[in-house]
Amino acid sequence: MTTATELPAELADATRDDASLRRFLHGLPGVDQVGVEQRSAALATRSIKKQSKLWAIDTAIGMVDLTTLEGADTRGRVRSLCAKARRPDPERPDVPQVAAVCVYPDLVETAAEALRGSRIHIASVATAFPSGRSSRAVKIADTEFAVQAGATEVDMVIDRGAFLSGRYGEVYDEIVAVRRACGPAHLKVILETGELVTYDNVRRASWLALLAGGDVIKTSTGKVSPAATLPVTHVMLQAVRDWHTITGEHRGVKAAGGIRATKDAIRYLVAVHEVAGPRWLTPELFRFGASSLLNDLLMQRRTQLEGHYSGPNYVTVD
Amino acid sequence: MTTWNYAPAPENRDIAKLRPSYQMFVDGRFVDGEGEPLKTINPATEEVLAEVSTAAESDVDTAVQAARRAYERTWSKMPGAERAKYLFRIARMVQERARELAVLESLDNGKPIRESRDVDIPLVAAHFFHHAGWADKLAYAGYGPDPRPLGVAGQVIPWNFPLLMAAWKIAPALACGNTVVLKPAETTPLTALVLAEIIQQADLPPGVVNILPGAGDVGSTLVNHPLVNKVAFTGSTEVGKLIQRSLAGTGKKVTLELGGKAANVVFDDAPLDQAVEGIVNGIFFNQGHVCCAGSRVLVQESIVEELQEKLQYRVATLRVGDPLDKNTDLGAINSKQQLEKIVELTDSGDEEGAQRWTSPCPLPDKGFFFAPTVFSGVSQAMRIAREEIFGPVLSVLTFRTPDEALAKANNTPYGLSAGVWTEKGSRILWMAQRLQAGVVWANTFNRFDPTAPFGGYKESGFGREGGRAGLEAYLDV
Repeated sequence: MTTATELPAELADATRDDASLRRFLHGLPGVDQVGVEQRSAALATRSIKKQSKLWAIDTAIGMVDLTTLEGADTRGRVRSLCAKARRPDPERPDVPQVAAVCVYPDLVETAAEALRGSRIHIASVATAFPSGRSSRAVKIADTEFAVQAGATEVDMVIDRGAFLSGRYGEVYDEIVAVRRACGPAHLKVILETGELVTYDNVRRASWLALLAGGDVIKTSTGKVSPAATLPVTHVMLQAVRDWHTITGEHRGVKAAGGIRATKDAIRYLVAVHEVAGPRWLTPELFRFGASSLLNDLLMQRRTQLEGHYSGPNYVTVD
Repeated sequence: MTTWNYAPAPENRDIAKLRPSYQMFVDGRFVDGEGEPLKTINPATEEVLAEVSTAAESDVDTAVQAARRAYERTWSKMPGAERAKYLFRIARMVQERARELAVLESLDNGKPIRESRDVDIPLVAAHFFHHAGWADKLAYAGYGPDPRPLGVAGQVIPWNFPLLMAAWKIAPALACGNTVVLKPAETTPLTALVLAEIIQQADLPPGVVNILPGAGDVGSTLVNHPLVNKVAFTGSTEVGKLIQRSLAGTGKKVTLELGGKAANVVFDDAPLDQAVEGIVNGIFFNQGHVCCAGSRVLVQESIVEELQEKLQYRVATLRVGDPLDKNTDLGAINSKQQLEKIVELTDSGDEEGAQRWTSPCPLPDKGFFFAPTVFSGVSQAMRIAREEIFGPVLSVLTFRTPDEALAKANNTPYGLSAGVWTEKGSRILWMAQRLQAGVVWANTFNRFDPTAPFGGYKESGFGREGGRAGLEAYLDV
């Protein structure tokens, strides 16, 4: 097996060979389904009001990876999305910019042009997104293509087939290889938890991705149902917290797919706050992969400031 | 703002429809008792909430006579299906007034609104629904073809779950055809009196349920009244012993649900993060004012450090404060007296050499509050490991083998509940068969359901509440 760079000494053993990796992942404490879902539901009852709600909305806007991943995407579509990313609410310049714009590799160039001069990241999915079913060479080439075109963040998918058949070493090697191909770009590892199904698998895949050097672990592609759920994100937040306890490093989490309402976004932020810790409430360490969420955040922001609801025609549809 | 502080999110206290005074409920009417009225306070602010009339000896007699009359004339003769209709009606009315009851419970008791809203009141309704279903099916409960009721039930309940305990007592008694005289706790009489209002509105025949607030002397007069046929008590082991002594030889049927010092046993193959949740829920639920609280956690030595790190992190996130705030996790200690007891017992922990860790959470300036506390390095000999603290105080002990875990878990005069945390199913069963506790939870804790019998072993009492087994306490079998 290849090894990731700068792996902490305590964990280096886990990646020595296939058997060690397997022992390590299967030695992680189990996740009790009933327990984690109960805890997650209890946290979702937190009541976030007034100033704390406004703060949450602004923080959530700053964490959005504004995403378009359609076969029908065009340069024009990406450019208007980038304009939205720069000024989410044109009438209110004080609204924070989003964290990144996320597109397919062939549109990275367009996004990079449109976002030049801003601090908004250009994220690109890669590695035969969303299924990940291609050769290693194609996946590496896909990654390199995106990075050369200007992507500062790469959202890769893991090989779920290999993971589910227990070939952890293969998944690990692939992440390490993609990590190298990323160069300076940040790597987000998509676990596609909807296909991993069990929380035990989510925990193992999270650790596998962290061991292999993923900067961020991400729930879903958005192409498989269920996408992000609160309990799954809960398990992943515990993984990055445990990683920090052992190594002192901060790694991030991205919840992607199916988060459309401000109410839901705030529940995720509560989970980030109370499970991982307040330190994770920053776009460097937590992201929302979403498209329609941004408009709901903007509408709720206006409601908070103006004291009444406005309609969907008061926010832009890009 | 660089850190995220949740803004106060208080539930509106007007929802409780608090009145300046409350009366006793006897023979279908609200009346003033002959006893000295008591003032019930809000433990979170120490303000007086209301004045409540209390019963004197003569009132107890009036109530028991009324209950006897109602038993003989109507309730014991009524077909089960008819009794069920009343119970279903009460259950629905509890649901309709759930918010009011939840806010009132939090005001009077100090428990967080999150718990009164999401746990106490839904369970109250569930208990009435469950027992309403039994009322016309008693012949199929396994106690003979036509099990008969006992007569008048004298019931005395504690302050930790005021309305829930009333439901646990009243619902099975009525379902089985008994009539009731119930005494709520001195510090928390209000929700039981609103339940009396619901019972009145449900048009229950007069005298079937009577509610008499008062102190211990009222309870004592009640259980010793010659016309009482059945006594049900939930409270301290000390009072339970007094009751049992005074009832010996009277032929009255008794069930006692008393104290506990439950062990939560965590094996090294446990789902750790959920075990931490279970430990937190086990001891900090309802400020630890839970007879079945998991006040001792027994951890396998190989994982004690990892578990303690996770536990401290988690406990530090608990929000202590205004019980009406929807984000409060831990409310107020119910009374000054109880707070003093907790302080005294935790001081003994320091003196006996345990290491105290206290959550750094801020506490309100007034009211009775106690920060979540975890003692480590606790041995079986210490008072904090043996005596019921009834507060948010956890003792961490360790073990090396399953046998040692079992020996330590059972090494207490109590035997109400226990928890087992392991991913190995066979070990759960092995432990459950050997733990001397009425309730054993596996990979969860403090979960209640009207279908599951609840009750104790040894000095935690006898008799079961809930489920089919719970009916036995109210039937002549």
